[in-house]
Amino acid sequence: MIVNNSKTLLSVEGLRASINGTEILKGIDLTVKSGEIHAIMGLNGSGKSTLAKVLAGHSAYEITGGTIRFEDKDLLGLAPEERARSGLFLAFQYPIEIPGVANTQFLRLAYNTIQAQRGKEELDPLEFDDFVREKMKLLDMNPDFLDRSVNEGFSGGEKKRNEILQMALLEPKLSILDEMDSGLDIDALKTVANGVNQITNKDNATILVTHYQRLLDYVVPDFVHIMQSGSIVMTGGKELALELETRGYDWVTANKQSIAGAIA
Amino acid sequence: MSETVATDYLDCLLKSWSTKSNQPLSWLNQLRASAIDYVSTQRLPTKRDEEWRFTDISALARLSFQSAQSNTDLQAQDIKHLHLKEAKNSLVFVDGHYSAELSTIIDSATLKIGNLSEFLLTHAAILESHFGQYAKFDNSVFAALNTAFLRDCALIIVPKNIVIAEPVHLLFIATQSEVTSCPRCLIIGEPGSNVTFVEDYVSLREAAYVTNSVTEISLSANAHARHIRIQRESTQAYHLANCAVSLAHGSNYQSVSISLGAQISRYNLDIQLIDEAAECTIDGLALISDNQLADTHTCIDHIKPNGTSRQQHKCIVNDKAHAVFNGKIIVRPHAQQTNSSQSSRNLLLSKAAQVDTKPQLEIFADDVKCAHGATVGQLDQEEIFYLESRGLSEAAARGLLTYAFGAEIINRIPVSSLRQQLEQTVLNQTQDNKL
Repeated sequence: MIVNNSKTLLSVEGLRASINGTEILKGIDLTVKSGEIHAIMGLNGSGKSTLAKVLAGHSAYEITGGTIRFEDKDLLGLAPEERARSGLFLAFQYPIEIPGVANTQFLRLAYNTIQAQRGKEELDPLEFDDFVREKMKLLDMNPDFLDRSVNEGFSGGEKKRNEILQMALLEPKLSILDEMDSGLDIDALKTVANGVNQITNKDNATILVTHYQRLLDYVVPDFVHIMQSGSIVMTGGKELALELETRGYDWVTANKQSIAGAIA
Repeated sequence: MSETVATDYLDCLLKSWSTKSNQPLSWLNQLRASAIDYVSTQRLPTKRDEEWRFTDISALARLSFQSAQSNTDLQAQDIKHLHLKEAKNSLVFVDGHYSAELSTIIDSATLKIGNLSEFLLTHAAILESHFGQYAKFDNSVFAALNTAFLRDCALIIVPKNIVIAEPVHLLFIATQSEVTSCPRCLIIGEPGSNVTFVEDYVSLREAAYVTNSVTEISLSANAHARHIRIQRESTQAYHLANCAVSLAHGSNYQSVSISLGAQISRYNLDIQLIDEAAECTIDGLALISDNQLADTHTCIDHIKPNGTSRQQHKCIVNDKAHAVFNGKIIVRPHAQQTNSSQSSRNLLLSKAAQVDTKPQLEIFADDVKCAHGATVGQLDQEEIFYLESRGLSEAAARGLLTYAFGAEIINRIPVSSLRQQLEQTVLNQTQDNKL
């Protein structure tokens, strides 16, 4: 939701990033205020997943220009774990599997790490069990997933639910959900979207990174940005996603060229 | 191995042999005598022997470690911390010698369990038909030495259709320096029986000594056994071990072996699926650091059709340590419909750490499914990033992933107190690693 006079959570200016000498992000500007939901759409290779990873601090990318501010902090000066502790969360497109570590152990470790940082009380295994089971109801998740190894043998949908469960537990200020809808059937998509909708409120913000419009039927964005070749080439309201759905990404290319032509 | 090079280590043991008292049974004396004859024609293996090319035990040749005498000083309270609370029955051996005082036998009505000497006369025929039949000593000088010095032996006979719910603990404690002990185990699972046992090698202090063990396991039709083997010797010790398993029709053998201790350890596990539809699951973990060397050689021999084997071996190697895995799988011409998989995964935690891994498949049947794979590497950067993005520091992320790598094997141990002990050991070893 767009809230009047809400504070700016994320401010990206002129962000450039490359990997192995190849520039992927070529000057990104993006401002996200609390309460807002932003969708970043684009084809494969447009740089949208890179933007998500760069925001979370993936070390494989070299930042070659621009700034990122998160609240009052210079995000580029923070390690990934410091960003997480400051309230930034990335739900992975492909969450990793950790055979040998029970999901509940992992979830509690992450939860207590963040709690300690906030100066809040950590939970022992029993207290955490009650707490996490309550949160799992949001996502219609079977409690059996607590005792299984982290993501091991989880289906695509179960992995995504586990990501959103972490979002629910860690209560980040800014969540970046990378391809939340990939690999989900329509029922799983609705469940996951419903979970996200229950977590979002006027004090936090969400960035949805997605290829397709269908997720946006269930988590309705306030802003839609279209990325191409490492830049945001169009920004609009939720109707932009629908237009893109009807006209396809070719329309963006043509449109961008016509705009460029008009300026020239 | 035709050439004979006398060494101090073998010489010293050979000399002490003649003074040993004989067993009351002639077949056993014969077995011991032929074993010592074999030893007298042998030398210690060197890196020139194919089976020992990665494992240099030349330092052993220079040690004159006599056969260990019994140590009767040990009190129950000294070893209280080593007991497993789930185990009702435990056999305790001190430097290879059976200690009736320290052992606890509850199930003697349902289970034949105890030291060899108690069964020699009453069960002579059974013992003769199994003893030395699986762990043959004609290609292993260490199995031969163990047989030659055979005196005490942990014996478990699980009668037909008897299910033993609680694990049996076979505890081998090293207390003396500069000695050789020769622990021995024989486990006989009669048809339809089911047993879990823990073969546990520990040391009460850091000392240099040699443990040279032999374990023989025979499972009759439809028998089940779960074998947990923990090697937590002193880090100055040599641990040389042979285990031979024979699996009859429809029998099922599950093994989890964990190597943590010893300066140099070598574990040979030989499994023969001698009849149809036998199954085995073999999991192994070596977790070593400093200058330790842990060598595991396994051979799974599918002789008859419809057998199944699944093997996963993992090594976590830190500092300058060196892990070796050689996993041979044989599928003989008649062993059609064999289903076999093997995975060797290795984690190197330092630049100087070393792993040699060698899957060795010898498949002579055409209608079989055999999968194998080996990986050697460091922790995955994407996995570390995932954990960092959840607030964990890089060190905590590395520690957790290393722990998880080992815990995957430890989690398969069906004895919870032992699992917890080992999880703690792995946690301690992985959280303070220097990375």
